[in-house]
Amino acid sequence: MTEPTTTLPRPAIGTPTGRPRARRRNSLRPVWDEQPSRPGSLAKAIVLIAVVLAILFPLYTIVLTSFSTHQASVNAGGLVIVPRGLTAAAYVQILSGGVVTRAALVSVGVTAVGTTLSTAVSVMAAYGLSKPNSFGHRVILFVFLITMFFGAGMIPTYLLVSKLGMINSYWSLILPGAVSAFNVLILRNFFMGIDQSIIEAARMDGAGEWRILGRIVLPMSGAVVAVVALFYGVGYFNAFFNAMLYINDNSKWPLQLVLRSYVLQGANLPGGASATDTHASGVVAGMPVKMAVMTLALVPILIVYPFVQRHFTKGVIFGAIKG
Amino acid sequence: MTTTSPPRTTSTSADATKRVKPATPPVRRRTWRAKLKRDRSLIIMTLPAVILLIIFAYIPMAGNVMAFQNYSPYTGFLHSPFVGFDNFVRVFDSPTFLNAVKNTLTITAFQLVFFFPIPIILALLLNSVISPRIRTVIQSVVYLPHFFSWVVVVTVFQQMFGGAGLISQTLRDHGHSGFDLMTNPHTFLVLITAQSVWKDAGWGIIIFLAALSTVDPALHEAAAADGANRWKRMWHITLPALKPVIILLLILRLGDALTVGFEQLILQRAAVGAQVSEVIDTYVYYQGVIYGDWSFAAAAGLAKGVISLGLVLGANKLAHVFGESGVYQKA
Repeated sequence: MTEPTTTLPRPAIGTPTGRPRARRRNSLRPVWDEQPSRPGSLAKAIVLIAVVLAILFPLYTIVLTSFSTHQASVNAGGLVIVPRGLTAAAYVQILSGGVVTRAALVSVGVTAVGTTLSTAVSVMAAYGLSKPNSFGHRVILFVFLITMFFGAGMIPTYLLVSKLGMINSYWSLILPGAVSAFNVLILRNFFMGIDQSIIEAARMDGAGEWRILGRIVLPMSGAVVAVVALFYGVGYFNAFFNAMLYINDNSKWPLQLVLRSYVLQGANLPGGASATDTHASGVVAGMPVKMAVMTLALVPILIVYPFVQRHFTKGVIFGAIKG
Repeated sequence: MTTTSPPRTTSTSADATKRVKPATPPVRRRTWRAKLKRDRSLIIMTLPAVILLIIFAYIPMAGNVMAFQNYSPYTGFLHSPFVGFDNFVRVFDSPTFLNAVKNTLTITAFQLVFFFPIPIILALLLNSVISPRIRTVIQSVVYLPHFFSWVVVVTVFQQMFGGAGLISQTLRDHGHSGFDLMTNPHTFLVLITAQSVWKDAGWGIIIFLAALSTVDPALHEAAAADGANRWKRMWHITLPALKPVIILLLILRLGDALTVGFEQLILQRAAVGAQVSEVIDTYVYYQGVIYGDWSFAAAAGLAKGVISLGLVLGANKLAHVFGESGVYQKA
């Protein structure tokens, strides 16, 4: 606003060239855009901060409570907001063998195996489908597409899985949902967008399809493959309903079922929740223990998330818009 | 055929094929085989996925015949007697099923009104944040809850709004009476909508932000030169840019009208009671897996699947009518 109005024709919009130094702080704002009003920008800031807090605050108190002593949580009336009496006792208790330890291992194992299998199978299928002229291309594509529009239904699927003898088997958590047509199409769209001349050149040099996929296509599509792997991984790690259907034996429960049973529904932690603390047997777990279980269910996602996060937009847009 | 004036192109191409024909058949057959031979590694690559889909998606589809049978696990599909549409008649006569349909549609409608606009508003707000660094930080935070399981989300809400939750406790500490939002059937709709917003509103902004990023800044500049203030520019430039995406997503949502968060509802069904929380999916689960009325549950599930398919196809048609590309192309 204090700028001289007699400036010469500017270069392209948004380029900081020729801008007076005094306004460097706002150098990203285009020249023609008026300064927002004070109350306006204040309101905007408040809304955005509220949104961020609404998401982060619950996570903060949950994680903080899990690291607090039992006494601190009792004093606070449940969740701890102000850090006081920090300890990792809850984790020592639940991770020293017993139900929660086993559940965490089951979840991690199923996620690792499932994600590897799903991603590998999907990448291969997506590459196999990425050549529009190939043999049977349309038919196979159709086989994939139909599953996106019509699900078989829960009851027949359940009966199939039980007929296959997979009740109480970890495979029941992996195989029924191992391939998602949506993810295959995300990958396929990306593979089809790769410059074909590179692939042609490799083919001229005598590379087969497997070599092309492994040596050329995969190294070029790390970001999209990572996003798809994350989608699969999150699906396996968070799977709750499949486990509820197919895993009746609670010594084989994954983490989500343990979380529901002992934290959400407040069931007694069975003896063996901790190998060391005999008092824990048959007692409703204290808040720090519950929140430690909860934190365990958050941690893997919080660890992987930052690495893949910046690729989301690409992955989602590829799948949603062009699919 | 001949009388109804065939398009001119057809006849010429027919002539052409006739003339070329002697040469074509062997060439064709060879290309077919050659293609199969050439593409065999591609086919082998696709095979594992196709096999998994056939076993776990297509065989259960065939398993839906049980909806027309009086299925018993002991006699199996082959020997269970066929009863025609009896199960469907029972399903649609059942007041509990109709209640589940009513709840499903209520929840969908409620979410459409109170959930759907939020990602748009958030995206507009976020888009107006100039600093890319702040924007990235906010974006990473709002995407995050999408990756939490429903068990985690429901637990978070229980810890915050439950009878022993943080807010209730704090109120009690200050001499007010506490409350329990988690078990109150009257506020259940609000509760589950709030959960969906918390979990997925941030995720929903991705597509809107992408659409916003395609807006040409020159349009804004021109409008500003013509004296349009920021509100007018939002109304006449930004929103029209979002319109196709909004319409597309709205239509898609309509196609999904019979599907509401299954895990979310089954987790909370016990706490608030079936009267308000039973939806079609949970109904199918309880009738089939819990009460063992397999054919009845399969019929309810199949009815839902078929109606949903119709809605999706109809919605897609609608998208084409509006000039959008829809979910899938016309092939």
